[in-house]
Amino acid sequence: MSSDATAPATAAQAPPGPAETAPPAAIGRMAEIVVRSLVPVLLALVAGGLVLLALGANPIQFYADVWSGGMDFGAWQDTVMRMAPLALIACGLIYVFKAGIWNLGIDGQFLLAGGVIAGLAPELYGNMPDALMFLILFIVAGVVASVWTIVPALLRAHYGVNEIITSLMTSFIGINLANILIKGPFQDTASNVPQTEAIPFTNLLPTIPGTRIHVGVIVAAVLAIATWYAMSRTSFGLRLAILGANARAAAHVGISVPRLILVAFMTSGAFIGLAAAAEIMGIWGYVRADWNPAFGLLVVPLVFLARFNALATIPFVAALALMTIGGDLATQNAGVSNEFTLLLVGLVLLFMGVTELLGRRRSLGQSYLQGIKRRKG
Amino acid sequence: MSEIFTTDVLTALLAGGILAGVPLLFAALGEMVAERAGVLNIGLEGYMLMGAYVGFVTAYHTNTFLGFLGGAAAGAAVSLIMVVLCIRLGLDQIVVGIAITLAAEGATALIFDSQFAESRPTLGATERIDIPGLSQIPVVGGGDTSDGSVFSQPPIVYIGLAIVVGTAWTMRRTHWGLNIRAAGDKPSALDAAGVSVLGTRTWATLFCGAMAGMGGAYLSITAAGLFEDFITQGRGFIAIVLAMLARGKGAWVLIGAFVFGISLSISDALQIAGVDISTDLVFMLPFVTVIAVLVVFGRRSYLPAALALPYVRGAR
Amino acid sequence: MTGTTDTAGHDAAAAPAAVELRGITKAFPGVLANDHIDLALRPGEVHCLLGENGAGKSTLMSILSGMVQPDEGDILMDGAPVRIDSPKRAIEMGIGMVYQHTTLVPTLSVLDNLMMGSSRAFRLDEAGSRERLAEVAAMLGVDVDPDAETQSLALGQQQQVEIIKALWRGSKVLILDEPTSMLTPQGVVELAKAVERLKGHGLGVVLITHKLHEATSMGDRVTVLKQGRVVGRLAPHELAGRSHQELQDVIVGMMFGEQVAPAPELVELQEHVEPARARRDLPEEPLLTVDALEVGAKGGEMGLRGVSLAVRPGEILGIAGVDGNGQRELAEAIAGQRPATAGDIRFRGVSIARLSVWQRERLGLRYVSDDRMGEGTVAALPVGLNLVLKRIGQAPFWRRGSIRHAEVERNAREKIAEFAIRTPGSGTRVGTLSGGNIQKVVLARELSNDPKLVVYNKPTYGLDIVTTRMVRERIEALAAEGVSALVISTDLDELVALCDRIAVISRGRIAGVIENGAGAEQRVGELMVGGHAEVVR
Repeated sequence: MSSDATAPATAAQAPPGPAETAPPAAIGRMAEIVVRSLVPVLLALVAGGLVLLALGANPIQFYADVWSGGMDFGAWQDTVMRMAPLALIACGLIYVFKAGIWNLGIDGQFLLAGGVIAGLAPELYGNMPDALMFLILFIVAGVVASVWTIVPALLRAHYGVNEIITSLMTSFIGINLANILIKGPFQDTASNVPQTEAIPFTNLLPTIPGTRIHVGVIVAAVLAIATWYAMSRTSFGLRLAILGANARAAAHVGISVPRLILVAFMTSGAFIGLAAAAEIMGIWGYVRADWNPAFGLLVVPLVFLARFNALATIPFVAALALMTIGGDLATQNAGVSNEFTLLLVGLVLLFMGVTELLGRRRSLGQSYLQGIKRRKG
Repeated sequence: MSEIFTTDVLTALLAGGILAGVPLLFAALGEMVAERAGVLNIGLEGYMLMGAYVGFVTAYHTNTFLGFLGGAAAGAAVSLIMVVLCIRLGLDQIVVGIAITLAAEGATALIFDSQFAESRPTLGATERIDIPGLSQIPVVGGGDTSDGSVFSQPPIVYIGLAIVVGTAWTMRRTHWGLNIRAAGDKPSALDAAGVSVLGTRTWATLFCGAMAGMGGAYLSITAAGLFEDFITQGRGFIAIVLAMLARGKGAWVLIGAFVFGISLSISDALQIAGVDISTDLVFMLPFVTVIAVLVVFGRRSYLPAALALPYVRGAR
Repeated sequence: MTGTTDTAGHDAAAAPAAVELRGITKAFPGVLANDHIDLALRPGEVHCLLGENGAGKSTLMSILSGMVQPDEGDILMDGAPVRIDSPKRAIEMGIGMVYQHTTLVPTLSVLDNLMMGSSRAFRLDEAGSRERLAEVAAMLGVDVDPDAETQSLALGQQQQVEIIKALWRGSKVLILDEPTSMLTPQGVVELAKAVERLKGHGLGVVLITHKLHEATSMGDRVTVLKQGRVVGRLAPHELAGRSHQELQDVIVGMMFGEQVAPAPELVELQEHVEPARARRDLPEEPLLTVDALEVGAKGGEMGLRGVSLAVRPGEILGIAGVDGNGQRELAEAIAGQRPATAGDIRFRGVSIARLSVWQRERLGLRYVSDDRMGEGTVAALPVGLNLVLKRIGQAPFWRRGSIRHAEVERNAREKIAEFAIRTPGSGTRVGTLSGGNIQKVVLARELSNDPKLVVYNKPTYGLDIVTTRMVRERIEALAAEGVSALVISTDLDELVALCDRIAVISRGRIAGVIENGAGAEQRVGELMVGGHAEVVR
């Protein structure tokens, strides 16, 4: 048990087994896991650097700019704040990926939840203590995004309809519905721009004393720990792992598979809704129509790199946050498009695949995709 | 209602439907073939984007025809990543697909920005071919309107229709088609019959890439006349949905593509009639319809049994 | 140990071999599947390859059909050495293979399946293919609808299509891998006739089987394999003029050495097994009653139609029948994995038809699945967790929702010792164990914690003889303690050896229930055929 606590990365892949491994082997396995998680990132940084070189920019200067853009002059606080929604989305994805379910409707769930609470906030604001307002808004965001997963979940659970497709479709619907709401009932009448009425900047989520960092970050950290615990220690986590590893065995051992699919999907949605709440209530205070940070696909690779371990996602989330915050300055200085981050994340995924292959050849460590075992038919 | 649907409005609706539907048609047709062979291309959006960019640049420097060829070649080149990593090496198709989409979004934005950030060039309108006689028919003719209609379209549209017919025929009547159908449903049977599963899937995927690239090229060359970041706006994902709903039937891809095409363009057409309707709402409707259909007829949705599963000889 | 000496069957009278294997060796990780095997296949001859599961028969044929490459050895066709590096090559050389598991594409028509890979032309030659189908079907003496979707065909018809497919491109050698495992007794007779006709057309037929009587009744020549090696051969002149009983003794002698008398556990390899169970006095009041149970048919399965059964405490009730006649549906309906559309199931005096798997488990109802790797265990999880899979969240393994590793570990050690599970440790993933040890894990889980009735679905399928004996002994020992058993098996010998009574299932109905005793096997066979005939109409 103790070695599980010191080796969180192993806990997610081989759900809690009696720890018999001798310490040296455990250290070796740890090192292996760290190497396999970092190699794709390093390779992507190198390949990205070559692309920059080809475009006439200095890669070393570029990455230095990313660092300073994301860390210097208090920018680190923006980076930390960006971690909140990313980490919450990552946690949400763990619940479904571990169960072998693809929730790819992240952006729709995120924006719909964000749109709804941005429209609701001005109604609540001033009529109640701020703390109560935030509580209600977080809950509403979680519920809205959670509800938005119900249709794909039920279609998958009862008819076996591919959830990749349905969650993508409901994502499109969610994005459009959010826009309709923002341009319609939630439109700020005092503004010419299609956006919701803003909550005063001073009345957003409280900050950690001495910083600009809002408490949404703490919420995310607590929920990440809770997710790690749920996945590695509880019967719920084991049930998800069984469903992901072998859906027929899950039914055989008495797990109600349709219900578990629904619960996994809705839990995932709830976390994504909370991510939206943290971002809107912590940073913006309003939502503009057609705003879409498109965090969804960016977070997916992180969850794989961390092998569905909530705590292990945190360094990756930090790296992505740094990249997205610092990337603006760096791309500006280098004179390249600020969509460089997308390329980099795509490359991380591709190199992850290649590393996986090499790993398989030499039977190094374990698969990134351990939970994702495809069902039949 | 009758005064809303005037000749002008209907013509605009058809023209818009074709304009928006053709890229979907190409991409969904390619994806349908690949899916039947057992390959799920989540990276379809990436193929389209790369096709849109390369198609645009080629057309800008040479001509429209070469532009489409360039787009198709670029799409196929990107799908080669899928071929190598997933079909040959057995990696997860969904993960690699997401990677392709992200990388292509980043790469096209990056390259376009570095090449054309200042100039932002545009192409002229593509020349249309009026089908003699037919193009004079009201509404469907379109010979006398600025945007054309069914019988007044650029050659690529007719080529697209020919490809749909050709693909449907190939799938039903030839050994290639038979092999593709078997590769998705029971690859081990195909292997036992002495046909290469990996080869069949490779060609199906390259076809998919080429078609999606051509669809992307249509977006940049014909529909927009320019390239911009994320020009495909999720159409690759719509095409995946269409391909799945078409259940392997070319005719359904055609119908689905134009239904979606019309819904993408209906608000413009209705503006001609003086009706202002939210584009968000219209864009949402086809998806809502599809979801409703799935909820009602969910049991009947069909996907090949071996979709997205790597094939390893001897493994069950 | 047999070398390439005269025992290889080089009798002068026989025709020259169409295909000859010399010194074929193939190793898989941890297993030497084939160890220097010599084999000669002659035209117009049925060559039986006999051996237990795991003797290396299927590997040998996979080598011949190009699916697997040998590590050592030569393959000769008409005297010249050849390389068969792909299934395509095998087909080109005239080797047709009918696998144990169907290789037809279920969603395609019969004709499409036959045309697949059949020519290098671009267009499909539909008219020509119809003619060819008629031709081959006539040669085989069967009637097949070219436009039927293959998944709509009965298993016997599917097998006919498989054989046609194997002969499609003019094969010289036809390999049938365990062809009778899915057939009714009547189907077996038809198959034997078809094989006889093919022989008449000059084809060499290889029949792979683990059933001794099939080898002696259908084969012109028999080669016996054990643990990857040839342990004996019988040439035509050795087969001719001897009774089944004599041949059996000879073959059993080859497999287990002359000195070993056929032991009772070798039922798989014996023709007639006398019922092993003495009549016992059991309580009259049934423990489990299945009353007019209906289960909807779906996905090519049979479903159940009005099944009624009763199992008394301590009774072993067998369910006999050809695979796919509703056995799995029955097992799953009783276990709670599949909803009943009508009828009732009563267990220990209460109706359980609406209870969940988990609730039934707690009442003492257990289910040993026939798919021990696909459903009975989670390959990626360690042995220790697999042993408590059906008690997730329950004390003592979980407290307040959190796992208690010490309890899981204690339980694992106990079960590993009790069931003699050979595993490096409780933390080893189940997927890395052998089939027999995986089955022991399943049994250890299902038979613990106070079982009252256990449904065993094909409990010894694919197991080696030692594990098979252990499983059967467990079933009997538990029955002696009053734990009832419902044993589903396609192996009639097993049922005759174990059961008090045997029910026959056919087309989703119970065709009849008989008391086990003298002549039971024959009466079960009659019921199986009767059930089949009713459907054929």
